[in-house]
Amino acid sequence: MLLDVLSYGFMQKALIAGISVAIICSFMGTFLVLRRYALFGDGIAHVAFGGISVGLFLGVAPLWSAFVVSVLGGLGLQKLRSSTKISGDAAVAVILVSGLAVGVTLVSASGGFSVDLFSFLFGSILLISLEDTITIIGISAGIVVMLLVFQKQFLHISFNEEQAKVAGLNVTMLNYLFVVIAAVTVVTSMRLVGILLISALIVIPNLSAMLFGKGFKKTIVISVSMSVVSVVVGIFLSYYLNLAPSGMIVLIAVALLLGTLACRSLGLISKINIQEPSKISHNA
Amino acid sequence: MSMTTVLQVENLTIGYNNHIAVDDISFDVAEGDILGIVGPNGAGKTTLFRAILGLQNYKGKIKLFEYGPDKYKSLIPLVGYVPQKIAFEPNFPATVYDIVSMGIISDKKIVKGGKLIQQCGCCWNRVYKKIDKTEDKILEALKTVGMEDLKNRRIGELSGGELQRVFIAKSLVKDPLLLILDEPVTSVDVESQTKFYNVIKKINKENGITIVWSSHDLDAIKKYANRVSCMNRKLFFHGEKEKFFEDENILKTYTESAMQMHMHDHNH
Repeated sequence: MLLDVLSYGFMQKALIAGISVAIICSFMGTFLVLRRYALFGDGIAHVAFGGISVGLFLGVAPLWSAFVVSVLGGLGLQKLRSSTKISGDAAVAVILVSGLAVGVTLVSASGGFSVDLFSFLFGSILLISLEDTITIIGISAGIVVMLLVFQKQFLHISFNEEQAKVAGLNVTMLNYLFVVIAAVTVVTSMRLVGILLISALIVIPNLSAMLFGKGFKKTIVISVSMSVVSVVVGIFLSYYLNLAPSGMIVLIAVALLLGTLACRSLGLISKINIQEPSKISHNA
Repeated sequence: MSMTTVLQVENLTIGYNNHIAVDDISFDVAEGDILGIVGPNGAGKTTLFRAILGLQNYKGKIKLFEYGPDKYKSLIPLVGYVPQKIAFEPNFPATVYDIVSMGIISDKKIVKGGKLIQQCGCCWNRVYKKIDKTEDKILEALKTVGMEDLKNRRIGELSGGELQRVFIAKSLVKDPLLLILDEPVTSVDVESQTKFYNVIKKINKENGITIVWSSHDLDAIKKYANRVSCMNRKLFFHGEKEKFFEDENILKTYTESAMQMHMHDHNH
């Protein structure tokens, strides 16, 4: 039977950790995409590669060294953007190549690539341990709580930073908090799709969700749903077809995006919008 | 009842990139005023507003609600601001309701500001007004600007005039004491302009909000403002609107300076 596979412990852990990651990537991704930080995930993931290499080189847990280095990388990125005239995409490029260079240098110093490093690069959700699953659930819960608490503030600075300042928000502090949460999200998600594909989970479900033309909360719900569907279907298909889960998850997300685009061009999504009750009043 | 000075600007000078944008200007705005600021493009109106809002460095003094630099920052949330244009992604996933609800964020700041004012002996008790029913507050603000029926509409689908009314509603939910509008009806059709000005008049009269508003539309200034400032980097005039519109010399100075600036823009 199709669902027999759910009796396997590795599958249960993969699905639970995968759904947790799907939720935080798409939720955080909404703000990243709105703030034109779409490639931030990619940049931080490459810094995380440097962090993992530091961990492997020093013989400490690579996940934790990745957290520390990525958060520092995120803060550095924010500082670079705010205190210099370097544009956002150029700042991401500087941080991205720096992280990668540190990683490559340390890997060569430690005598070459290891199996551990490959699992971080391409993801290894089916091999995830119980401890890692619990860690991912715990951190994901923390991220969701933070995003729920600060969602209005993050929406405001995503909409217009100057307006947020005038409204009395501490935009500088919020920006730093934002990059720290984003960095933690990226590192937590690495085990699912790997460093090289992480930005796909951050960007693609959100692009699909925004095509529906809904408000903020509905867009997040659609984005999270698409992300969860991509992860669950991707993991199942990868098991039955014996293919890499990270690749399958991203391909499903891309398929959902293409499907949404097709629905939109066929007018199926715009029809939904027209049916929304919204009387136009011109009585000021 | 004595009038309170909402805004005092003293010897304000703002310069950047070896260029003086605002040159030694002084004026004040009393509670309940609708002050229309006129001046050609590049006259420094937006720069002046940015300084008032704490977004721009300056020389001189600015006092908000009679308090100077030490308390200034905590009082800025009591000021609503509608800029000339807010750039945002057309696909930005926010409804009218979402945008207006953003204005609620600074409740704590307002209450903090309120305490600050009371400690200093000021009597603006309405600053204390607790916002218990956030949704009611948002709907009330939307109703004031005539946008309640469009609350579920995405902001990317609104016209320029509707957008500006939404941004006013966003300012209204935080019970501002001063509302600054920077050429709010630029590129808005005439019908929407009238609606917009009626909203301004209404919130000034019914909510008691003081308004500082920049515009090129002298007819609108004549109709809706009670005081006028005329500036072109320097302040040429500040006073009652009747005096401004009756004095041909002032009007001539304004028109000539506007023309000069227009020619200057064309030559560069």
